[in-house]
Amino acid sequence: MSLNVLWFMLIAILYVGFFILEGFDFGVGMLLPFLGKDDAERRTIINTIGPHWDGNEVWLITAGGATFAAFPNWYATLFSGFYPALFLLLLALIGRGVSFEFRSKDARPLWRTFWDWTIFASSLLASILLGVAFANLAKGVPVDAQMNYTGTLWTLLNPYGLIGGLSTAAGFTLIGAIFLSLKTSGELMDRAHAAARKLWLPTVVLILALLVTTYFYTDIVAHLGIDPGVVPIASLASLLLTGYFINRKMNGWAFGLMAAHIALTLISCFLIMFPRLMISTTDPAFSLTIYNAASSPYTLKVMSIIALIFVPIVLAYQAWSYWVFRKRILSDPKSLTY
Amino acid sequence: MLPVILSRLQFALTTVYHFFFVPLTLGLAWFVVILETIYVRRGNEAYKRLAKFWGKLFLINFAMGVVTGIVMEFQFGMNWAGYARFVGDIFGAPLAIEALLAFFLESTFLGLWIFGWESMSRGLHVATIWLVAVGSSLSALWILIANAFMQHPVGYVLNNGRAEMVDFGALVFNPKAWIMFEHTLTSGLTTGAFFVLGISAYHLLRRKEVDFFKPSFSLAAIVGTIAVVLVILGGHEQGLWLLQNQPMKAASAEALYQTEDPASFSLLTIGDLSGKREVWSVRIPRVLSLLYFNQLNGKVPGINDLQQSYQAEYGPGDYIPLVVFTYWGFRLMVAAGFAMLALAGYALYFVMRNRVGPQIRWLGLFVLAMALPYIANTSGWVLTELGRQPFIVYGLLKTDAAVSPNLTPGMVLFSLIGFALVYTALMGADVYLLAKTAKAGPSGAEAESSPSPISGPAA
Repeated sequence: MSLNVLWFMLIAILYVGFFILEGFDFGVGMLLPFLGKDDAERRTIINTIGPHWDGNEVWLITAGGATFAAFPNWYATLFSGFYPALFLLLLALIGRGVSFEFRSKDARPLWRTFWDWTIFASSLLASILLGVAFANLAKGVPVDAQMNYTGTLWTLLNPYGLIGGLSTAAGFTLIGAIFLSLKTSGELMDRAHAAARKLWLPTVVLILALLVTTYFYTDIVAHLGIDPGVVPIASLASLLLTGYFINRKMNGWAFGLMAAHIALTLISCFLIMFPRLMISTTDPAFSLTIYNAASSPYTLKVMSIIALIFVPIVLAYQAWSYWVFRKRILSDPKSLTY
Repeated sequence: MLPVILSRLQFALTTVYHFFFVPLTLGLAWFVVILETIYVRRGNEAYKRLAKFWGKLFLINFAMGVVTGIVMEFQFGMNWAGYARFVGDIFGAPLAIEALLAFFLESTFLGLWIFGWESMSRGLHVATIWLVAVGSSLSALWILIANAFMQHPVGYVLNNGRAEMVDFGALVFNPKAWIMFEHTLTSGLTTGAFFVLGISAYHLLRRKEVDFFKPSFSLAAIVGTIAVVLVILGGHEQGLWLLQNQPMKAASAEALYQTEDPASFSLLTIGDLSGKREVWSVRIPRVLSLLYFNQLNGKVPGINDLQQSYQAEYGPGDYIPLVVFTYWGFRLMVAAGFAMLALAGYALYFVMRNRVGPQIRWLGLFVLAMALPYIANTSGWVLTELGRQPFIVYGLLKTDAAVSPNLTPGMVLFSLIGFALVYTALMGADVYLLAKTAKAGPSGAEAESSPSPISGPAA
């Protein structure tokens, strides 16, 4: 396996990790104003992700950094091309990040309500934008011979991009609800579980729409065949099984399968792309690939050594941090950390 | 041309804003480390209170540093695609390593520190804040390794129309990176020290929680004095390095237009509206030579001659930075630095005599002096980055050639205004919260952290 392929896989893994971890983060954010009936409950909801959201977001930063280091031309084309969308994503991430910190520092209800809704809106916006971006990566965008994006923001907001955005937001909300049903207790847990039940069907509908439109908007047939292989099929199967386990109140299983669904869906997107990084709709010859967009072999080698040493260490201590906070959080005002 | 100017303005705005929070994060982290370590070693609950109070202020500030930092990483690609393509092979590596080595460490262990007071042993808990502080400092190191490449490119060859890495060791051990790291880390500690001094002085003046703020003041006076001395020594090293490696930046910092031997030091230079030409100046003979060579003679090249030699080396063009910014940036930084040296020494005097308390004369000065590190940090970076112009990578790539070709002025103007508005609002909220938390003091911070009764009105 060449280092170019290795880095394509590594970046895919980073985005998959980000989508799973920040996926339930964003979902929790979108559910916050609806499931939390009073301040203590809302604090409980935030505290389920409190110790983790920042570390989860670093997956995105690392994915961006890895893209820059391993495929600088991809980084340059993608980030300059999707400029307006990424600007909005940045505003959303800024809004979310400060909300978690600012909210608790003043007890006035209006102050707290403002930041709660900021968390909701920024989580929703970020989820949709990420879905739009990856749907368009699978679909292809106008890129010229100099590797520059020639479209606008509206080019990205095509039907397929929008279905990608909505299904991502739905999937994130669903896994957020399942996560909350695992991390809370009492009435709040019941409400989270009821939300998961309600959200499952719309998510299935949107994912089916995404699947069908994928055959029209991407070159999946030419690239993977009519039968797309085990990954997309397993993705759909795990979403259907998620519904089964939600109904049987086996929420641990539901969470695992929903995480698998998100991972497999995103991996399907990367399979459609491979070995291309930016599919050019202007001319297939203008597409960026893992070869013409890559760093030099020396840089890839240096970065591979560093990644192979440090990625396992990072995974170990992040997993440990989830282990430390594995208990359910009680909505008892005396025990809540603000 | 317009996208370049707007993108530069946006980068300046977002960087200056980001670096408003970073030095305090860098410095205050080590204060919390020291306080909590004392608590764990001696079992003294007073130090736990200290660690929690300063930790709370640290957190408010940290969040701002994180969210404004993501903007920085994205912008290299969003606005500077030409730059990203040219240097990505060598510049992307330290950015990715920073995320992998530093950001994960900081964010994961900070989460553990905030929420883990009850769920882990004391020893483990203090270890988490150590790792946060190490992570912040590592982050500074790697981003400065990246920045040092822009100031002083090493370890590369020009190949395939771009700079490609050939020597990772040379990139990491770029002397410029380590000079900047020393300067930045000690500036961070200075910022933390003056932050703690200022807030402690505020409370000492009101004679509130005197026993709480006395040790805070003393610790900050000791750390601050050591740090500011190191900042000044390191800054002097930077100056000597500049004269050898970026002579135009050195000359523009001194507004030295003509080459002189012995060189005179400008007390006050007035330039014309272009910001690049001298109209009138007051100078002290020989002092600039003294600063650079430690003797009363020595040749210092001036801006006009350097413009000639840069043209010979890099082709026709204007190689003079905006002297009005580099000259005043340098002076503001140095003035703030020496003012801090005097104040830290003054505070240390009372610590040595064991007379820290409300009776210290001019204690209010320390409240005002909280602005000094921010002035010095900002103006120092203005000098560093504007003094590098017109290059984005010194000697290799000009800023004009680095901008993303697909950007329209409208797009950049939209994002520039968007960032300006959001950042202004956030600055308001952040300063409000910092001031509120700082003024409330430790007991206020403790009351705030237990929520108001659910049914009752918010306190």
